[in-house]
Amino acid sequence: MMGLASIGSVTAVLIILGFVLIIVLNVNNVALIAKETFDEIAVYLYDDVDEKQIEELGKSFKDIDGVMGVAFQTKEYALEKLKEDWGENAYLLEGIRDNSLPNTYIVQLKDVENSEHVENQLRTFEGVEKVQYHKDAVNSLIRIADFVKKIGTGVILLLLLISIFIISNTIKITVLNRQKEIELMQYIGATNGYVRGPFMVEGIMLGFFGSVIAILLITLGYRYITNYLAIRFVAVLSGMSGYIVGVEMILNDLIIIFLTIGIGIGILGSLISLKKFLSV
Amino acid sequence: MIDFNSVSKIYKNEFTAVKNINLKIDDGEFVFIVGKSGAGKSTLIKLLLREIIPSEGIITYNEQDITKIRKRNVAQYRRKIGFVFQDYRLLPKMTVYENVAFAMEMICSNSKTVRREVPLVLSMVGLSDKAKYYPDELSGGEQQRVAIARAVINKPETIIADEPTGNLDPDTSKEIMKILTEINKRGTTVIMATHDMNIVQAYQKRIVELKRGVIIRDIKTGGCIDEPKEI
Repeated sequence: MMGLASIGSVTAVLIILGFVLIIVLNVNNVALIAKETFDEIAVYLYDDVDEKQIEELGKSFKDIDGVMGVAFQTKEYALEKLKEDWGENAYLLEGIRDNSLPNTYIVQLKDVENSEHVENQLRTFEGVEKVQYHKDAVNSLIRIADFVKKIGTGVILLLLLISIFIISNTIKITVLNRQKEIELMQYIGATNGYVRGPFMVEGIMLGFFGSVIAILLITLGYRYITNYLAIRFVAVLSGMSGYIVGVEMILNDLIIIFLTIGIGIGILGSLISLKKFLSV
Repeated sequence: MIDFNSVSKIYKNEFTAVKNINLKIDDGEFVFIVGKSGAGKSTLIKLLLREIIPSEGIITYNEQDITKIRKRNVAQYRRKIGFVFQDYRLLPKMTVYENVAFAMEMICSNSKTVRREVPLVLSMVGLSDKAKYYPDELSGGEQQRVAIARAVINKPETIIADEPTGNLDPDTSKEIMKILTEINKRGTTVIMATHDMNIVQAYQKRIVELKRGVIIRDIKTGGCIDEPKEI
């Protein structure tokens, strides 16, 4: 009975741990993708900038420290791209006579950390109407990701300590129930290793079964949640599918982590109990 | 040979359990350790079993200083000693046979040796016909005989019996003493802690008497009376 309660407790702790891990992974993933996606600055040019100036501006932008490359988009290309994005509503753009979209340079950064320096440099050029970069959004995402990682690590450590405590207590009860037998074994001349063996195995089994159940429940639960959200919010999620970490991507790692943690806390819990009670 | 050389044990609360014990026990001796409760008998036994270490002095067993034995080697040392508890300490879920075999399994004897030795020892203590019985199906005397069988199965050099007749009536106590005397005759050193002076006087063996942690009497009786003197 105690064993079942212990497995249940370990499973519950590992499930929470698993979801915290998944949240941390997903937030981290979003931050990474944001960093990679938003590593471009859009530079809108005035309409009266001629071709020669446009070419010179391109060369100057390339020479800025921190710039990986530049790409030019004509206002016509911009309009075509907008029609593509609007999909079936693109007919609304057919009647436009004056294309008010600007000629744009897309400046790619070597590192988003240098974005401010590059942005400031770009603003100084004549012919540049506007410089646009989602710096604040990216920085917020990175800060949120760091915060979630720190909290997540703290929660995971706390949960691990709780698991070790639970298993230690279960083993303690077993040891107390068998204390006379243990004393007898030690008087007869059984080595500590021989005495510890069955309790270590018990601890390992508790941790093992707890983690197997937790892996199954998390895998099924996470898959269900992502499928449900995908069906319910298909329009939103279709564009975000790259941001969500799929179960298949993390399953192998999850199994290794959980089994290691489960067996590890089983061993630690047993050792803590036995150290206290193996005194003869 | 067992040698206590100026051995004292002072516990953390500054209670002196035994003080300046000097005691030599030769191989093959039968020694009664007597004294009232709290005299220090149990402490002496715990010291000999290396359950505790002395605050002062040295204890040697066959010239090995047992106070210097590392924790991981204590198990090996204890295999030289068979221990008989006052309350038998039989495992209730095991049969008589299994209880005795347990002692051999603890030291990783192979099953062939176990199957050969256990019946021999059960025969020695007169319990061959009760091998499949469980402890709660036996009398106190029978249980103690099983405990003795368990203590001798690994052929220890020394048997320590802590009040082995404490829970038994006089007639049953005689049976137990007969077995212990027989074991001693075969060359095993027997150290028996007891406060039952009837037993001590009936079997004229060496008597070491403790009082408040000190040896006040150490008498080696002359002669080898193996049958009890009627008191």
